[in-house]
Amino acid sequence: MTDVKIALALSGAVGRHGQLQAIKPLSLTVSENEVVALIGANGAGKTTLMRMIAGLHPLAEGVLHLFGADVTAMRAHDRVKAGIALSPEGRRLFGDLTVRENLMIAAENGRRGDWTVPSACDAFPQITPLLNRPAGGLSGGQRQAVAIARALVSNPSVLLLDEVSLGLSPAAVDGVYHSLTALRGAMTMIVVEQDLTRAMSFAGRLICMAEGRLELDGNPATLTRDQITNAYFGIHKTAGATHG
Amino acid sequence: MVDALIQGLLLGGYYAVLAAGLSLMFGVVRFINLAHGDMAVLGAMIALWLVQGMGLGVGWAIAATLPVMAALGWLMQRFIFERALQGGFLVPILTTIGLGAAFQNGMFGLFGSETKSLGAHIGTLSWASWELPGGIFLGQLPVFMFLTAVLVLGALHLMLTRTAFGRAVRATASDADAASLCGIDPRRVHRGAAAIAVALAGLAGIFLGLRAQVTPFAGPMLLIFAFEAVVIGGIGSLRGTLIGGLALGVAQTVGGLISAQFSILAGHVVFLAVLGWRMSQGAAADRGGWRAAWAALITRRKITRGKA
Repeated sequence: MTDVKIALALSGAVGRHGQLQAIKPLSLTVSENEVVALIGANGAGKTTLMRMIAGLHPLAEGVLHLFGADVTAMRAHDRVKAGIALSPEGRRLFGDLTVRENLMIAAENGRRGDWTVPSACDAFPQITPLLNRPAGGLSGGQRQAVAIARALVSNPSVLLLDEVSLGLSPAAVDGVYHSLTALRGAMTMIVVEQDLTRAMSFAGRLICMAEGRLELDGNPATLTRDQITNAYFGIHKTAGATHG
Repeated sequence: MVDALIQGLLLGGYYAVLAAGLSLMFGVVRFINLAHGDMAVLGAMIALWLVQGMGLGVGWAIAATLPVMAALGWLMQRFIFERALQGGFLVPILTTIGLGAAFQNGMFGLFGSETKSLGAHIGTLSWASWELPGGIFLGQLPVFMFLTAVLVLGALHLMLTRTAFGRAVRATASDADAASLCGIDPRRVHRGAAAIAVALAGLAGIFLGLRAQVTPFAGPMLLIFAFEAVVIGGIGSLRGTLIGGLALGVAQTVGGLISAQFSILAGHVVFLAVLGWRMSQGAAADRGGWRAAWAALITRRKITRGKA
């Protein structure tokens, strides 16, 4: 077996919102080109975890390694240059700029690589007719496509997608996942997904968070619905289940 | 009247440059620099010192002053404004008021309190003029300053819309966190914007020094003019700032026709009228249109009258 490189390694990471410990000491390693779906109830800490990996939220404790290099102290824009790209919750497009400018900004300030504005338009064909429109006027599905394309053109090795299908029509979700499937094997992906069926069919690894902890981590093909449901609601069947 | 309009437009170029820096700081860095007028005076003082103290030509003095002002803007953003911004909304106001006072008294100590002008060092240019048909005299200096102002604001507009740095500036102004997710360092952008803003203030101060006089304590008045031009034109758009500056200049010269004392006041009146109109538009939008807004106003009056 060829040795698999570790793309991301969090160890003992703690994330705080003021007094609240949103992420309890958490350790997680993700291999290169692995596709991880992150599920969990509202307030479980999924978005905080994504923001911590991207550098928007500080690690109160613990360290984060990216391909073996310690990036804990790096700020978000430097992590983009190191290869981490986040398509954030709420998409956060630059509304008064055109779609083309939104993409150019990430292309100009991110890493150089195969992903350019034209190649991102090839992967998301629905973007091409929108290029000269202000990003503020797009529909939910269009905004999501642009947000993912914007993350791609910075040529990440680790792509983080928060709330992929939130607020999208089923058809738009299909379109986005169709494009994402083509990326499989080309980069490490962590996807926050509310739709369990979608998460299980898309990802090679399923992680469930509850109350700032990893409750479940496994292969979606071998996990049972019961296991996932219990983890989702933080139910511990075993009597001596540890609470930290 | 036509004469006053033309002179007002020419004067407006100066106000537009003065206001552009303030508008840029507010639009991009979300920082109101109340020492902006004092920055303008400082620019004029540095240029004056280079001319009178170092014997430089006026052109060279201007060319040397602007980079110095830009560097000053960068340093202030790096060492003062960034920290002030972390302290909530009140700290930046207190910081820049204090900074303004420090600059005023510092300039008073270094350069003295007498009024100074660059006009004495540009020879015939300060009074040379072209005569237009109809007996209107166009001062060459105001025309040059106006053209410079349009050129500078136009270049700034092109920089913001066409260059990578300009896109980074607009992205950061729109959403600094999202910009950092695109690989932009918002702090670098803010420092760049502050450098440009303070250099613009310096240029405006030099304009003032060329066409009139400066004193160390002139800054707060310039700040008011800059605010008025920004509010008239609307924040966050250079074209708006240019229009605001021109409107302020025209208001002042046309007001000066009525009476010399009315000149500055006319500018304030136009500013208040625009502000009132904008606020009433907002109020009307909140209440579902003009008719509803008037009705609300009238009913409220009736109620208060009834109570009294």
